[in-house]
Amino acid sequence: MNSVYFDHAATTPVDPSVLDAMLPFFSQVYGNPSELHRLGREARVAVEKGRAQVAAALGADEREIVFTSGGTEADNLALAGYLQRFEPGHLIISAIEHPAVMEPARALNRLGWAVDFIPVDGQGVIDLEAYAQAFRDDTRLASVMFANNVVGTLQPVEELARIAHEHGAAFHTDAVQAVGSVPIDVRELGVDLLTLSGHKLYGPKGIGALYAKRGTRLTPLLHGGGHERRLRSGTENVPGIVGLGAALELATAEMPATRPRLEALRDRLAAAILEQVPDVKYLGHPTRRLPGNVSFTVRYIEGESMLLQLDTKGFMVSSGSACASGSLEPSHVILALGLGAEEAHGSIRLSLGRENTQEEADAFVEVFPPIVEKLRLMSPLYVKG
Amino acid sequence: MYTDLVMDHFSNPRNVGEIEDADGIGQIGNPVCGDVMRISISVDGDDHIADIKFKTFGCGAAVATSSMVTEMVMGKSLAEAAEISNRAVAEALGGLPANKMHCSNLAADALHLAIQDYLVKSGREAEVEQILKALPKAPEPSSH
Repeated sequence: MNSVYFDHAATTPVDPSVLDAMLPFFSQVYGNPSELHRLGREARVAVEKGRAQVAAALGADEREIVFTSGGTEADNLALAGYLQRFEPGHLIISAIEHPAVMEPARALNRLGWAVDFIPVDGQGVIDLEAYAQAFRDDTRLASVMFANNVVGTLQPVEELARIAHEHGAAFHTDAVQAVGSVPIDVRELGVDLLTLSGHKLYGPKGIGALYAKRGTRLTPLLHGGGHERRLRSGTENVPGIVGLGAALELATAEMPATRPRLEALRDRLAAAILEQVPDVKYLGHPTRRLPGNVSFTVRYIEGESMLLQLDTKGFMVSSGSACASGSLEPSHVILALGLGAEEAHGSIRLSLGRENTQEEADAFVEVFPPIVEKLRLMSPLYVKG
Repeated sequence: MYTDLVMDHFSNPRNVGEIEDADGIGQIGNPVCGDVMRISISVDGDDHIADIKFKTFGCGAAVATSSMVTEMVMGKSLAEAAEISNRAVAEALGGLPANKMHCSNLAADALHLAIQDYLVKSGREAEVEQILKALPKAPEPSSH
């Protein structure tokens, strides 16, 4: 059985060239970058090269990149690390943030911070009016994700950052899903803080970074030996940093070719699914969305059962249903779009990546309609019309 | 993670469908919660389950438990069928993930409601309590 991986928003394979770049830094150049001897110096050079690669991909200065253990830590550092020096005030986030932003915001709320969750429209775009009106005198930070992990919608980040600055607040964006897939220039966007993660862009797991614009004062969450300009103590993950740098450089170089190819593949696949299967609703924005995201709900049936049936046919996808997530609640993102819980339970996300082909998309369109039909015939909610 | 037996019942569910002119129908769950199970039975003159079919909206565990319960009670007496609990169905499948035990493990309840429906329809309401010692509670949309 062939296997087709349509779950790149969950994680991506490490690119072979990235793995090659990383391998020497496990058992050959294993020095601690803080040490002055040759192996330490060689490791330091590798770390700083990775930092330069990440900075270059974002249009940032090397001194503005802090390596972390991943997207979750970078998000936590952005929120809790930035807000720590203020008296508890007001924080703004969107209603569709990833838990890595949602939960630090809730933790801050328990410490006395007021938090506003700004709604999105039916296509997942933030309500700009509600956002602009939410700012208060004591609003210190607004955090809105660059691209949503479930439905793929891209937010007007540049405008969101500008509005935050007009109100004297800093702006953070969780760009974990976007970096490496769509062009990002932190100077053009005007953001103060930006999160990225290695394993979403064909790099390794366990490495991420926070861009912090010069002058954006952060308090470290991890205290220790003072690594990363005192912002994140702990011996550097040298192979991870090398891998992140190489992966991001590669993704940036390939983006002019990969992005339009994936967008075309995405749009053809979405159109074919909508044509082949009745009672399917495409989720997210039709054009302002991640190049590889095809997200939809199928009425009368449940997402996990679709996911498992597809898995038996070799297709690996994701669902926002309660059962698939293990949380008992359907995805808060899909509910935020205004869909009912019943519809949210039937959600499926296909996230395409650079190794996917038209043949694989065609094979999906062959396999999927009979699965839907089989599950619908099993469903007490479905009356064939 | 599901056991092989759960995956087998999920991939090749037994007794899918609805019995026309069923003697008893039981439905439990709520689409808001993500699980709805409907079981229809026909009962022979000897109070045995002559046929049973299910329709289920829900996850892999919901489908597998529905399929399993139909196999467990096919041909059994109503009294025997009434003894089967949700837990016994899960055990027959080799267990379910902990987070599925509560929300997706309602197939025995749907069966018991079908038996109750049969008894009421056939004028044997007085026997309901005797045969079905622990009737399933009505589902509540927001309770998991």
